[in-house]
Amino acid sequence: MSGIAMPKPSEKLLRNKMKIVQDLQQIIPGEGVISEEVELRPYETDALTAYRQLPLAVVLPETVDQVSRVLKYCYDNDVKVVPRGAGTSLSGGALPLADGILMSMMKFNQVLDIDFENRAVVVQPGVTNLGITHAVQHEGFYYAPDPSSQIACSIGGNIAENSGGVHSLKYGLTTNNVLGLEMVLMTGEIIRLGGKHLDSEGYDFLALMTGSEGLLGVVTEVTVRILQKPETARAALIGFPTSEEAGQCVAEIIGEGIIPGGMELMDKLAIDAAEDFVHAGYPLDVEALMIVELDGPEAEVDYLLDRVSAIATANNSTYLRVSQSEEERNTFWAGRKAAFPAVGRISPDYLCMDGTIPRKALPEVLRRMQDLSVKHDLRCANVFHAGDGNLHPLILYDANKPGELEAAEAFGADILRLCVEVGGVLTGEHGVGIEKRDLMPEMFTEDDLKQQQRVKCAFDEKQLLNPGKVFPVLHRCAELGRMHVHKGQLPFPDIPRF
Amino acid sequence: MGESFRPKNAAELEELVKWAAAEREPLEVVGTGTKTALGRQVQGAHTLALSELKGIVDYEPSELVLTAKAGTPLAEIESLLESEGQELAFEPVDYGPVLGGEVGKGTFGGALAANLAGPRRLKAGAARDHVLGLQAVAGRGELFKAGGRVVKNVTGYDLARAFCSSWGTLAVASEITVKVAPKAAQEKTLCLFGLDGQQATNAMSAAMGSSAEVSSAAYIPPALAASVKGEFAGTQSVTALRLEGIPASVEYRIGTLKRELSGFGAIDVLEADGSRKLWRSLRQLDAFTGSQTTLWRVSVAPTNAESFISGLSQDAVVLRDWAGGLLWVSDPAENDGTALREALRKCGGGHATLVRGSPTLRASAEVFQPLDPGLAALTRRLKQQFDPHGILNPGRMYPGV
Repeated sequence: MSGIAMPKPSEKLLRNKMKIVQDLQQIIPGEGVISEEVELRPYETDALTAYRQLPLAVVLPETVDQVSRVLKYCYDNDVKVVPRGAGTSLSGGALPLADGILMSMMKFNQVLDIDFENRAVVVQPGVTNLGITHAVQHEGFYYAPDPSSQIACSIGGNIAENSGGVHSLKYGLTTNNVLGLEMVLMTGEIIRLGGKHLDSEGYDFLALMTGSEGLLGVVTEVTVRILQKPETARAALIGFPTSEEAGQCVAEIIGEGIIPGGMELMDKLAIDAAEDFVHAGYPLDVEALMIVELDGPEAEVDYLLDRVSAIATANNSTYLRVSQSEEERNTFWAGRKAAFPAVGRISPDYLCMDGTIPRKALPEVLRRMQDLSVKHDLRCANVFHAGDGNLHPLILYDANKPGELEAAEAFGADILRLCVEVGGVLTGEHGVGIEKRDLMPEMFTEDDLKQQQRVKCAFDEKQLLNPGKVFPVLHRCAELGRMHVHKGQLPFPDIPRF
Repeated sequence: MGESFRPKNAAELEELVKWAAAEREPLEVVGTGTKTALGRQVQGAHTLALSELKGIVDYEPSELVLTAKAGTPLAEIESLLESEGQELAFEPVDYGPVLGGEVGKGTFGGALAANLAGPRRLKAGAARDHVLGLQAVAGRGELFKAGGRVVKNVTGYDLARAFCSSWGTLAVASEITVKVAPKAAQEKTLCLFGLDGQQATNAMSAAMGSSAEVSSAAYIPPALAASVKGEFAGTQSVTALRLEGIPASVEYRIGTLKRELSGFGAIDVLEADGSRKLWRSLRQLDAFTGSQTTLWRVSVAPTNAESFISGLSQDAVVLRDWAGGLLWVSDPAENDGTALREALRKCGGGHATLVRGSPTLRASAEVFQPLDPGLAALTRRLKQQFDPHGILNPGRMYPGV
């Protein structure tokens, strides 16, 4: 494990492992508690595989009551809990703690209610993202957010990470598509938010829960809205001689008032790797390749494709191909969707970054990433959701070469600092987790971070739920409660009042 | 009567809240005060008006992002966007007229803090779906920022979104960033006449479940149809479905909808002007202006609207927006909302807010939907964390919050 420190395990809890396991078995009888090392092994990491840690034990509850009782038990005994969905987090959000329980929610795998008339579906959190679409597609509906891992990732995990995807530019992130949820707090309390109606009453706790990375509560039920599938979708492959021209084209398409269903860019290294892997028919004589997808009624799609083509031509595109069939459209996407594994074939290891920048900064950031690649002496392939400025630089390295992981991490940190410098953010959709935890001060001041931790204190005062993630420093809640008081007279003669 | 403060920049705002926290002096936070008649009354407080904290900070049309100070008039922002062919897609409802004020006087910060949304909520979401980041001062007097200026951002908790619908009780925003959207080139509205409530529910559900991308769907009962000035005779109910987009697409989708709804009787098409007038009328709640009758705002699952309404008195007048998911209820027989909320509970849940009521009613009724005990406790804990001394709009939403 490299430089990211986790909270120091409690010797006492480690010594009490047997007792804790026995107590948990009282709550979840049968095979719902795992404590043997060989069976714990599959849970030691998520999709950020550079980090591994065996948990004290794994629990697999099947009912809300079991979730509640396990959390209450852990609360009473100061045992830390890490919730886990499908384990596809790219930021280490589900990395276990040596002295903590890992709570897998994958036995919560039922679709509970499909309500086409209200365009809402109620599911348990372990249902996969694609599983929701599969449950409703016979009536022409689908669930819009589509992270690349949608075949495997769970909707509970999507809530935790506020997952996006290729189509989030037009259809929003998870937070824009969730109507309600049921969750259990660390104290075991069960709380319901929202429902099939719009906008929850009181404070917007749905907004706080979505993207909370498993630090606030364990989600046990989710209500999402579903949409009718667009009648047609067509994609265009557009090649450019430079990344700058591609970046400019992206800005102009949006500036013209066109919001494509998806708009992706890949650089030369990524194009070559993808083409070599899936033979999508990508041009190999371009420096940047754009995939633009327009969806809706055919008349609209045709009209917008013409306009996109004109904008591309004006920006010196050298290659343009519009999909003529559903099969061809899927082929265009096959290369893009396989870009990560394709890069995995040309390098023993890679790190996937996830910064977001204002679209106008795209050319500058691409240029400076080249400089950073030289500085750190590592190759970098670029794949990104260009429409919303979300970059996925893939840093190629070899973990077996001493010092390369550290160099790759330093390169990644430099990229994220660059994103913040040009007005962007550390993570667009993968989450902070442990991966970007120590970079949080690059973006937030101490006071900014204190406000966020106060949310944590309102939900989980003892800080037992997924500690060590998101925040670089764990302030005790009592410490955050202190306030610098400066007494004064009625102040500010310069503030107008009447 | 307390003092009235009007900070001109974030530093003055921060200093003022620091003082109020130290002295335990409660502040009633307002923009220009267009919504002070909505919500519980804040007692014995100084006024903190953000009306001087105004101005556009940054607007780049090609980025689809706008940053403005919280006290900026919404009308100023909307006309700036209009000049670039853009808009706030959530087209915030204007409470001014129903609360005895004028049209178009609210502030940017007020629209966000109250999580306003208009008829396009169905397709485009509410204010909370468009906020990207903010700079604000919480109840300890700490100036902080949350979120950012880009559309995709999961760095830390989504405090900017949580600020929406907090009604100034957690933090006072000084500056807010939202995403903006290109305005549709064309809009038209399909109208069905004379449907009863259940037929309208079915028609709207069929329309929303089609691929026609309906952006607004409302049902105006006969008693209110004349309130849309100059458009409807006022003897029949109107079921209205808005389509927006490029002209060819709108025409095509009109065809789709006409086929989908062929069983519901004759269909009229309102051209762009009439369509804009209709939805602006709904956005300004014209149907309920010029009167003092009690007005409730109810959010419900669309197909439950009919059974909820059947639980109200015969004299209740209900305007249905959001395909039946948002109900504006004026019921002379309704007292403090108890019966109305009981009807809501029986039909499967939702929430009700008192929008217009006498001062006596506002003091005695639960203005915002009462919360279950667990959620109420969580709400108090969040308030306690952000505003431990209870100086920001204390009691505006709930007693002790």
